[in-house]
Amino acid sequence: MLSIKNIHANIDGKEILRGINLDIKAGEVHAIMGPNGSGKSTLASVLAGREEYEVTEGTVTFLDKNLLDLSIEDRAREGLFLAFQYPVEIPGVSTTNFIKAAVNEKRKYHGQEPLDALAFLKIMKEKMALVEIDQSLLSRSINEGFSGGEKKRNEIFQMAMLEPKLAILDETDSGLDIDALRIVANGINKLRNENRAILLITHYQRLLDYIQPDYVHVLYNGRIVKSGTKELALELEEKGYDFITDETDLAAKE
Amino acid sequence: MNEDLDMLEKSALNDYKYGFTTKIDTDIIPKGLNEGVIELISKKKNEPEWMLAWRLKAYAYWLKLTEPTWANIKHPPINYQDIIYYAAPKQKEQLNSLDEVDPELLRTFEKLGISLNEQKRLTGVAVDVVMDSVSIATSFKEQLSEIGVIFCSISEAIQKHPELVKKHLGSVVPMTDNYFAALNSAVFTDGSFCYIPKGVRCPMELSTYFRINAENSGQFERTLIIAEEESYVSYLEGCTAPMRDENQLHAAVVELIAMEKAEIKYSTVQNWYPGDKEGKGGIYNFVTKRGICQGDYAKISWTQVETGSAITWKYPSVILKGDHSIGEFYSVAFTNHHQQADTGTKMIHLGKNTRSRIVAKGISAGQSQNSYRGLVRASKGAINARNYSQCDSLLLGDKCGAHTFPYIEVKNKTAIVEHEATTSKIGEDQLFYCRQRGIDAEAAVALIVNGFAKEVMNQLPMEFAIEAQKLLTISMEGSVG
Repeated sequence: MLSIKNIHANIDGKEILRGINLDIKAGEVHAIMGPNGSGKSTLASVLAGREEYEVTEGTVTFLDKNLLDLSIEDRAREGLFLAFQYPVEIPGVSTTNFIKAAVNEKRKYHGQEPLDALAFLKIMKEKMALVEIDQSLLSRSINEGFSGGEKKRNEIFQMAMLEPKLAILDETDSGLDIDALRIVANGINKLRNENRAILLITHYQRLLDYIQPDYVHVLYNGRIVKSGTKELALELEEKGYDFITDETDLAAKE
Repeated sequence: MNEDLDMLEKSALNDYKYGFTTKIDTDIIPKGLNEGVIELISKKKNEPEWMLAWRLKAYAYWLKLTEPTWANIKHPPINYQDIIYYAAPKQKEQLNSLDEVDPELLRTFEKLGISLNEQKRLTGVAVDVVMDSVSIATSFKEQLSEIGVIFCSISEAIQKHPELVKKHLGSVVPMTDNYFAALNSAVFTDGSFCYIPKGVRCPMELSTYFRINAENSGQFERTLIIAEEESYVSYLEGCTAPMRDENQLHAAVVELIAMEKAEIKYSTVQNWYPGDKEGKGGIYNFVTKRGICQGDYAKISWTQVETGSAITWKYPSVILKGDHSIGEFYSVAFTNHHQQADTGTKMIHLGKNTRSRIVAKGISAGQSQNSYRGLVRASKGAINARNYSQCDSLLLGDKCGAHTFPYIEVKNKTAIVEHEATTSKIGEDQLFYCRQRGIDAEAAVALIVNGFAKEVMNQLPMEFAIEAQKLLTISMEGSVG
């Protein structure tokens, strides 16, 4: 589904990604871990198409299309979803209307009729139950005055509504207490299926207690320096990132 | 590719869809202003002697004044001798019913979305349509008169209800108030008149649609609304004009009078031709609007959505004379390309326990300049007066300007005045967030702007809120760079 080959990317002339290679198939859940500043969020931004980042080398294929050629909105309409680490507030725009606009833009792109209010409401009710989000949250302005947990839950709700092919979850666990984390993780687990790929970006292992990844990759200095199965995450938890980063630094010297 | 072309075509058409001209025989008097012209206007309208005397007095006063220059606007000097002060579509003298209105005129208003046709017209909204210098027709007049509500053109009111007009005309905005009010008092040609008797809640929205059609003419409308004790009325005005390279002057005066426990809700959707992208043409909208809460517990609420005009200069105000009276001002002013707006309000607290609330939202795009100017005054006698003002500005792009000029004058210690102001730009983060959800930049900006303006839009009568929202979206097209 997603094939990243030798991606290099800069921001303000500074190279952050230095040759990333990653293949993700439908149905798989990959976790990308790494210390702060390793380039995890940059990878998410580059895939979503954030314009501040300049891709200098490499290719990304998404569902047989050249992802880097697509506009931000077309990537989204093709089925790429990014759950933001810091969801943005838009005063005066109700969450429901926002999501309705997004859903209908996507439908239009795929040549489908827009959903009417009734059909939309019906789907919304279903998905609300799935991710345990409260109706009152959805009538409020998007993310305005939401708590950290509410913001993240709202991201997962949007994911449920937009039914992406590939969901990138950028530090979705950050800033959540244990109860909120459990609810958010439950929501994500319910959205796992054989047609959907999920890329989890996280600093901590604790999210992976709730969402079991098929693969774990460690990102360091803009490269994936180690890949493995979920046991790798446990090893990281136990030994800290140092055991990998030291190894890598040493190898780099030699 | 095809899709791109489609979009381009659509937005070009959408630029200003009311810019057409109606070809109709028009009764026009020569350009220029002097006593003879005023006498001619008065004669054409078959006015009583006292009205002409009033006009001439105003004219004499106007001659002594100079055009104000304090507003944050720029324009070449206006040549008042180069304006036509009376232009009226020719039609039969006396219409017995709306069916007798010239079909070309009916089609014009049909095109503007105002149907005068008995079957098609908006139920629940009575409309007075004014083209250039005259009122063409007023709907639901009979039904309203059954409950004592008078809704007609001001010209008709001068003929049929002289005692009411004489008593109230100029009582809120005196002819000596300012340069444009004096000019209007001398040359006003038409406008609407509403009278709501004691204890009557007007069962439908009253509305006036103003249209400028004739070339080189100015429009000088005069509107007077009187709400007697414990009555209620909601009134809405809309306005459009053809696209022309020359600037045209619209100098109106609106006066509202609310007696004890009466409420007047006055909404404006202003969409005069704003001029082209280079700033050529467009209407100069220099308007004086003021209401007085004459009695205790009276309430006046102004809501305006301003998207049109090359220049807007207006400050719908409330004089809070009655104790416990309430004044409100809700405004969205959107300026694009080279438009200039200097708009706001005045809340003059005289009575005890009076309250006022100001919510002004300015949105600037292109190279436009958008200013909020507002005065809150609490006089000595305004014990426990309260005001809350909130002025928010949103900038689209970096060539436009947003300015706030609040004036606060408090003469007694019990008054509480609060003022909050914010200026923001649409953030890259907000745009990216929307686009990542599949909403393109243009739609995202529309969404964000409508969200920004929502608090004010919510104040509009339902029938017009959706129209106003569409208008805002259309006006914004091409403002995303």
